[in-house]
Amino acid sequence: MLKGKKIIAIGERDGVPGPVIAECLEGAGYEVVFQATECFV
Amino acid sequence: MAETAKPVRVGIEGVSYSLTHVPDLVRYGSKPLREIRANSALGEQLAKRSRDFAAATAYAPNQVYIGNIAPERLSDLPKPWYEKLIEAATPQGRFGDLVDEERFYALLAGADQFALVTFEEHWFRERVARHSIGRAPRLRALAEVQSLCDKGALPLYSGERLVGAFAAAHDEDASLAAEVLLENLAGKVTATHSLRSVLDSAKITAEEIDFVISCSEEAVGDRYNRGGGNLAKAIAEDGGCINASGCDTKAFCAGPMYAMVHGASLIQSGVAKKVAVVAGGSLAKLGMKFESHLKKDMPILEDVLGSFAAILGPATPNQICVRLDSAAFHPVRAGSSPQAMAEFLAEKPLAKLGMKLTDVDRYGVELHNPEITVPSGSGDVPRTNYLTLAALAVMRGQIQKSQMEDFVRTRGMPGYAPTQGHIPSAIVYLGHAMNALRSGEIRNALLMAKGSLFLGRMTQLSDGCSFLVDRNEV
Repeated sequence: MLKGKKIIAIGERDGVPGPVIAECLEGAGYEVVFQATECFV
Repeated sequence: MAETAKPVRVGIEGVSYSLTHVPDLVRYGSKPLREIRANSALGEQLAKRSRDFAAATAYAPNQVYIGNIAPERLSDLPKPWYEKLIEAATPQGRFGDLVDEERFYALLAGADQFALVTFEEHWFRERVARHSIGRAPRLRALAEVQSLCDKGALPLYSGERLVGAFAAAHDEDASLAAEVLLENLAGKVTATHSLRSVLDSAKITAEEIDFVISCSEEAVGDRYNRGGGNLAKAIAEDGGCINASGCDTKAFCAGPMYAMVHGASLIQSGVAKKVAVVAGGSLAKLGMKFESHLKKDMPILEDVLGSFAAILGPATPNQICVRLDSAAFHPVRAGSSPQAMAEFLAEKPLAKLGMKLTDVDRYGVELHNPEITVPSGSGDVPRTNYLTLAALAVMRGQIQKSQMEDFVRTRGMPGYAPTQGHIPSAIVYLGHAMNALRSGEIRNALLMAKGSLFLGRMTQLSDGCSFLVDRNEV
């Protein structure tokens, strides 16, 4: 079901960083096409 | 708590904090500049929601910033703080002051060595000249000021009135564009103002300073050396520190904490006897969240440039000190999660000193004012940081889960710093920490700051730096 789904993962400095979200989603079968961490302050 | 080795302390001889209120420069913050170019109507809305100097002065978080109110007291003050202004508030504070825009323009003119800024002569003489310091201002008739703007200089306003022009230094060099140079010169003059202020309050002559470290957020340089730096030396010159040299320390928002550790190391090693660590305000961050504030009918709260200066020297008895042996950096291997930050910036360095998380009486973390960040969806950043520390204390069995809120309340504080990046990142608390240490209210405080290195697209890593401050009881 997850295979082939494309994901953009945006993490947050004081929350969950982008690479961590990407790793989890890739492990679940998603294709992460872009990931970044942002800082909102 | 059982200490494991002889403490290494460097004295903090003074610290000063200033906020420079520049409502008419908010339009040149990075976000407003881009958005107003795309939709000029936003500029009018922004102007309508600007605060005057009295409102900025009476704003409770700003009063905390300059030392007139303890940060812990903010929790008890009615909200919204921007409506419930502090009665009889003054721009002079225990740690520094609020500077109004006219005085800022005087500082800008007095520190300009390259004929970058020109002011309209009548207005300047009537409103600003009494604040003049440094070099003679470049004054012209209004028609000439307008002509400079027509040729590409950045117009400077006081309310709706055109009062000056800020020129580029090169037609083709993006690093010397007017917007960039205004940002750089604003950083220089606000840092110098705090430097003068701390020298004055600590009764130290400028000649005694032998090294200046700037941890401001600008990027001074030309097209061949973008961000080349050493604003520190320009600040030293402007502040009359004729015996000093200097250099800059850059590490995104964690810059000031690294600068303090570097400065303390220069003292401890004997390389320098008196070091000034300084930072000017970040013009780029003015109005960063202005659209959210407009949508919620709030005043534009990001209308101040934050600056600070601290003087470091050899430790003396009973002095408030940086514990150099507590200094911790976030290593590459650590990972960027908030838990890893708390482990490497708090738990591990404390363990090195034989201390637990609960042996720290107060933590200074990312102290961004939530009244600025929450409306834009950025959350209450200090609270998130305190909860992470509390959760780590639960994981380590130092407190019960039911005690987390108590941990946050007693060892933390509400955020009160404007979103100036480097300034809110722990260093803003140093003045209040020193007060609380002097009064015996606390025995120690751990300052810990984060830096968002990933924003520069050179690494996915975060960064951070921390150190403990305490009293030199010998």
